[in-house]
Amino acid sequence: MKLAYWMYAGPAHIGTLRIASSFNNVHAIMHAPLGDDYFNVMRSMLERDRHFTPVTASIVDRHVLARGSQEKVINNIIKKDKEEKPDLVVLTPTCTSSILQEDLQNFVQRASIETTSDVILADVNHYRVNELQASDRTLAQIVAFYINKINNKQKSDLKKTVKPSVNIIGMLSLGFHHQHDLVDLKRMFNDLDIEINQVIPDNASIQDLYNLPKAWFNCIPYREAGLSTAQLLADKFNMPYVDIAPMGLSNIKTFVCRIQSILAMLGCHRNYEKYVELQTKYMSQAAWFSRSIDCQNLTDKTAIVFGDATHAAAMTKILVREMGVHVLWSGTYCINDRQWFTSEVENLCSKVLITDDHNIVGDMIANSEPNAIFGTQMERHIGKRLNIPCGVISSPVHIQNFPLSYKPFLGYEGTNQIADLIYNSFTLGMEDHLLDLFGGHDTIDAVTNTLSSDNLVTWSPEALQELTKIPGFVRGKVKRNTEKFAIAQGYHVISLEVMYEAKENVKT
Amino acid sequence: MTLAITNSSIFECETGNYHTFCPISCVSWLYQKIEDSFFLVIGTKTCGYFLQNAMGVMIFAEPRYAMAELEEGDISAQLNDYEELKRLCLQIKKDRKPGVIFWIGTCTTEIIKMDLEGIGPQLEADIQIPIIVARANGLDYAFTQGEDTVLAAMAHRCPNTIQCSKQSKYNTKRLIIFGSLPETVVKQLNHELQQQNIHVTGWLPCSRYSELPVIQSGDYVIGVNPFLSRTATTLMRRRKAKLISAPFPIGPDGTKAWIYKICNVFNITPKGLEQREKTIWNNLEQYLQLIQGKSVFFMGDNLLEISLARFLIRCGMIVYEIGIPYMDKRYQSAEIQLLTDTCKKMKVNMPKIVEKPDNYNQLDRIRDLQPDLVITGMAHANPLEARGINTKWSVEFTFAQIHGFTNAQDILELITKPLRRNTSIHNGDNIYIKS
Ligand code: SF4
Repeated sequence: MKLAYWMYAGPAHIGTLRIASSFNNVHAIMHAPLGDDYFNVMRSMLERDRHFTPVTASIVDRHVLARGSQEKVINNIIKKDKEEKPDLVVLTPTCTSSILQEDLQNFVQRASIETTSDVILADVNHYRVNELQASDRTLAQIVAFYINKINNKQKSDLKKTVKPSVNIIGMLSLGFHHQHDLVDLKRMFNDLDIEINQVIPDNASIQDLYNLPKAWFNCIPYREAGLSTAQLLADKFNMPYVDIAPMGLSNIKTFVCRIQSILAMLGCHRNYEKYVELQTKYMSQAAWFSRSIDCQNLTDKTAIVFGDATHAAAMTKILVREMGVHVLWSGTYCINDRQWFTSEVENLCSKVLITDDHNIVGDMIANSEPNAIFGTQMERHIGKRLNIPCGVISSPVHIQNFPLSYKPFLGYEGTNQIADLIYNSFTLGMEDHLLDLFGGHDTIDAVTNTLSSDNLVTWSPEALQELTKIPGFVRGKVKRNTEKFAIAQGYHVISLEVMYEAKENVKT
Repeated sequence: MTLAITNSSIFECETGNYHTFCPISCVSWLYQKIEDSFFLVIGTKTCGYFLQNAMGVMIFAEPRYAMAELEEGDISAQLNDYEELKRLCLQIKKDRKPGVIFWIGTCTTEIIKMDLEGIGPQLEADIQIPIIVARANGLDYAFTQGEDTVLAAMAHRCPNTIQCSKQSKYNTKRLIIFGSLPETVVKQLNHELQQQNIHVTGWLPCSRYSELPVIQSGDYVIGVNPFLSRTATTLMRRRKAKLISAPFPIGPDGTKAWIYKICNVFNITPKGLEQREKTIWNNLEQYLQLIQGKSVFFMGDNLLEISLARFLIRCGMIVYEIGIPYMDKRYQSAEIQLLTDTCKKMKVNMPKIVEKPDNYNQLDRIRDLQPDLVITGMAHANPLEARGINTKWSVEFTFAQIHGFTNAQDILELITKPLRRNTSIHNGDNIYIKS
């Protein structure tokens, strides 16, 4: 048993659901107790999705415990097949099914006899993998399922596209700025004169998967989901892949170089040098920004970085190499990817932190007192408590990290966004510091004093105490309304009763 | 019993395929209510993930809650449950010094049959902190029923003898109210009863564990919320208390009926109660105009549905369907009776009450009926809005103050919000919503 207050990566089934629900016309059925379909709430709230999330539960209750869930699961799969006519149903195990040890694979086989849709069981064990690992696995599993259906004859028919083309693999629902990143990636490939063959799983249809081998190579922008799929396609079809996140100028350069050499290897000789130079100079403001006086002020400012492996590593690179910020330490909660992460950042900062315990992260931040934090929502709140500004660069995130406006992290536009984020975090901290130095912010007392309309009425101690229980942001309004009411009614003292009476009468 | 209750045609039961919160969510409001408590949820990452996301920003405010996250060794019984829980509870004792620790059992502890009720008392004696065990899991319960399991467990801990026999000056009969409400609302309801010369002896729960009310056999108890049937049963069977069956004090009609029932039992003729109700209704006039004749559909997820529907019908709305996770016809009998009477009075048909609804079928019915308002969970709200159907997020009713005369306005604030929002958007350029 482990005492835990907060976790960076969710349970395995969330990863599977993120993959399944990203596809078009794929339905996930969770084998879970009532209440575990919270994923739908997150999808609908965070992504403000206009569609019903294609996830339902085959509910595990007392009856199921007594009799097993065979009939129920099979019936639920068949029912969903009829109702929604999905191309694929993914039966998703949860922590509960992990310990019930029913033969879900068998249910899947039985159900698929009667369904028009394909049915598979997500091969993820709650106790062995987390959300991110599960998403990587499930994506590879679904791709493998369809790729394996391609028979030898079809294989020989599968020709590469005439022009160089790419599959973008790993764009998921509830991914950190994935939708924006995708736009910028597409733009970049367009500039490089490379066609987009397929984007998966985001909005892809199952049929599209058969076309994956037609691309010249694969692009895996995020390590957390897609690497296994890329490996699978490399093994089966000899497809090369780029697993560099084009985040920050130097990463983009390496990314483009790698693509250039892959194309060369496949017999298409291109020179992207000019492109990179022009983009770096004119499209991205980040390179100029790092020469400007503003950025000079960032020299020797300290920061810490924490997040998923992809974002934390890229961010560390940007801060150190491109902005001259001193990164005290950099860390990730992707424990399974520790080797890669360490090799990426160990030369950039003095310490590497690999943990999924937010207490350790919090203590480390408190001890190292950086000028700014770049992390997840958890680090943002740690920063709040310690009065250190924080830029959010990675999941887990809140609704404000699903902005309506265009905010990619990848590509050349991404470099601009990131430069703003970094600059704003540091100046905020600096302004705050200056304010404190020159007399500080308004005092709280002054603010509350001005809330009263006048001193015609007084508050009884109980009523005053009651008032303090009202949340801060409406307290002023309640106070004023109550006083107005009391004055109008000719009360001199506001007692609890008067307060209630006021609430009943005053229209908000 | 009465006509409405025996007439089973209004009750239906579907498949139970609906969206609701896991009952462990009760932790989020109960730890705030019981100030010296600590809630330890013994479960998996799934439970933790749910709480972390459902609690939103509360999770960053150092809540007095934590997960005891079960690992593979706990599941395969390689680790000793007692020792593991002791280690964790000692740490909580050291770091937080709580007055009581609640253990919330989950689906996993049920399935692996972890004997929490057996271990609890041993460990309690061992580490000298009261430990209360409640099994609020998704196998057996929905959302607010979590609170019911916790309060039922607490009911056993209420002392049964009065230390210094301080007799109440108002009445000799003792009244304990059960149900967790914000302190403000507790005061308001106490005050309402005080007006009738009824002194409330105590509340279950109260803001400190050490102040749990004395409950003696023969004491009167009454619930404030419709989802507290286990607590009611426990109080009656185990504590030999007498349950006052009444509608719940939600809406001015419900509040009047609730107070009226108590007065009745206490042999008191209510003073000014009718007038009080009337004044409140008058104050609501502005809202009533907005909703009269409008239709509403409850998908059902928190058990407040019957009381809210009854209030809205009295407000002049038409209720198409009352979805509800679980229907205790005995505990809710007075509420159902009031619903029936209200329907007669307002000359509308009794709505269908659908227990364990099937969300998929409900969406079908919503498509057909096109109600003016659907009260539903967040999973369906945005997709319905995108299809031109107004929604109100049901969970807000469990967190807003909706009890008593004073808060009737708040319910209508919530109900009318989507309608008012739409009028203001319509008045604009009409860019999005189809007329
Ligand atoms: S339904 Fe069960 S497994 Fe899921 S969060 Fe609730 S208690 Fe945990």
